[in-house]
Amino acid sequence: MIAASAFYLFSAILLMSAIRVITASNAVHSVLFLILCFFNAGGLFVLLGAEYVAMTLVIVYVGAVAVLFLFVVMMLDINFEKLREGSRSYIGMGIVLGLVMLAELITLYAVWDENAIGATGGTAATGASSNTEIIGSVLYTDYIYAFQLSGLILLVAMIGAIVLTHRRRSDVRRQKVAKQVGVTRDDAMEIKKVEIGEGLI
Amino acid sequence: MNLNDLAPLYAELSLAVLSMILLVYGVLQKKGEIARKVAYGGCFALIIAGMFLYASPHDQDVRLLNGMFVHDGFGVFVKTLILIGTGAALMMSIQYMYDEGFARFEYVVLFLLSALGMMLMVSAGNLLGLYMGLELQSLSLYVLAAIRRDSIKSAEAGMKYFVLGALSSGMLLFGISLIYGFTGSIDFVAIGEYAASENALSNAGLLFGMVFVIAALAFKISAVPFHMWTPDVYEGAPTSVSAYFAMVPKLAAVALIIRLLMGPFDGLAEQWQQIMWLMAAASILWGGFAGIAQTSIKRMLAYSSIANIGFALIGLACADEQGIGATLVYMALYMVMTAGAFCVVLYIRRDGLAAERIEDLAGLSQTNRYLAYVMAFFMFSMSGIPPLAGFFGKLVILQAAVAADLYVLAVIGVVGSVVACFYYLRVIKVMFFDEAEQALDKSESKARHFVVTLCALIVLLFIVKPEPLINFAMHAAQMIS
Repeated sequence: MIAASAFYLFSAILLMSAIRVITASNAVHSVLFLILCFFNAGGLFVLLGAEYVAMTLVIVYVGAVAVLFLFVVMMLDINFEKLREGSRSYIGMGIVLGLVMLAELITLYAVWDENAIGATGGTAATGASSNTEIIGSVLYTDYIYAFQLSGLILLVAMIGAIVLTHRRRSDVRRQKVAKQVGVTRDDAMEIKKVEIGEGLI
Repeated sequence: MNLNDLAPLYAELSLAVLSMILLVYGVLQKKGEIARKVAYGGCFALIIAGMFLYASPHDQDVRLLNGMFVHDGFGVFVKTLILIGTGAALMMSIQYMYDEGFARFEYVVLFLLSALGMMLMVSAGNLLGLYMGLELQSLSLYVLAAIRRDSIKSAEAGMKYFVLGALSSGMLLFGISLIYGFTGSIDFVAIGEYAASENALSNAGLLFGMVFVIAALAFKISAVPFHMWTPDVYEGAPTSVSAYFAMVPKLAAVALIIRLLMGPFDGLAEQWQQIMWLMAAASILWGGFAGIAQTSIKRMLAYSSIANIGFALIGLACADEQGIGATLVYMALYMVMTAGAFCVVLYIRRDGLAAERIEDLAGLSQTNRYLAYVMAFFMFSMSGIPPLAGFFGKLVILQAAVAADLYVLAVIGVVGSVVACFYYLRVIKVMFFDEAEQALDKSESKARHFVVTLCALIVLLFIVKPEPLINFAMHAAQMIS
């Protein structure tokens, strides 16, 4: 009973905030609704018993991705109204495509038959250990290949970000720590003997 | 598991390690032409990977790492072509990078990493491995398309490629989730067993998932109706990158489609044959007709690549061993011709600027006789005129189509290639019969000269000894089907 009502609560808020993400006129509001979306999706995952996925969703998407979005939206001076100009002409086509996809999904749901599935893989988490533990036990063993590949993908992302955005500027004075630390007394100081009654020069 | 069990993976491992070494070398090196040195290092890395590939066992199926990586004769064939194609594209790029002022060593590292992604993707053993390999190559290619960040066109090309690539990734994941949901497995063998069983056909979810996956991969090979990005991206990206796009990632994606359709979806052949039939016919006709109106050489070659992908898909529509073999032969020959044609485009520079319109080739036969004749060979070969290599590519495809009783498709193929002849022959007409323009800039790139000469020799002399390639391809097709 509680689970069912929680499901409806999370889903309702999720759908509503998802709609607001694309209809809100202020981009900052859109991002905030997106964060709300992620929280509710996390709640749905908890209901499914996938608490690790729920945590990752909150930590990665809310904690990192959405906050970055927010930074970008707030710091860039972009006129979103102007960007949206002319998008109205695509609405008809968009609705048609959306309806087609929806019809397909409904058809799929209608023919879903759990018994017909090959049921070759897929091990449910047993009660004894949490699914975090189970993911941890296979991630570096059975799935080491995919894990290493995601490392390579992140390397490419890093190279790409640097290649596309880093510029070497000539008008900036850089701090050279080694040079600063390596300064000796002789470089920086000079001792002069000043006679009484006479200046240095 | 000890290290020796990973022997089939040595080629990929060495490429990954060497590209990272080159990356660190490039970062630490401060003086001199770093990009040029790293590019030669990249060619060396590709050769090392090729040697490991050659040393690996060719005649058996090896499934490694929990079934995520498959090593077989088909993979060896495709990976050999990937390594050769990447090496050729890299050699073409070196001088061009400096001419256009985007000489950065990361360019080379991204080339190597995308080649690595393609190699991993053609030996995927389950849907997870497939997705990871595909993303590794796509992500590197997005950056390469936008690498001339000062040019608006290059940035636009990168953006367009990225957005449509992300869309296709989304479709791929949606399809994968449907397949997993309706079969209970992501492993190709398990899916294949299920798809061959009787209740597979009544399982709409599996069919939907398959269609989504095919559509996502059709984006990567730019088959009509998923081709919209191709002309814009080829035009905007630096020419050396466009050449790479046309040569290698397409080959890898076609190979991936073959692996999927002949592996897990083999039992559903009647379903996907129709899709392949339709995409092949549409690509050939659209690529043929739309290419006529182009004035830019790069856009023309983009439409030519769409038409050629249509031809390659005819082999897939046959859904038999002969068809797959024909597709592989066709893709290999197409790679050679495209490499040559793009190489010639790289030569067309006046006053230090790249000239990319077809009229810019005017009178090439008087100003640069060698280049004009070589380009003529490539164009004749692409239009399928015997005795050049392109003719044999089309011949094996049409033979396979007729053998599989796809008469209508064969006729469409012939009609489409006759139409496409128009724009290939127009290039020749412009080069040989139009008034000469100002002479081209002198080129000093030996590497580029080597590539263009090698391609021309292959196109000319393929008729003398076609057996090695055809036997290799047929053997690969036999291994997969």
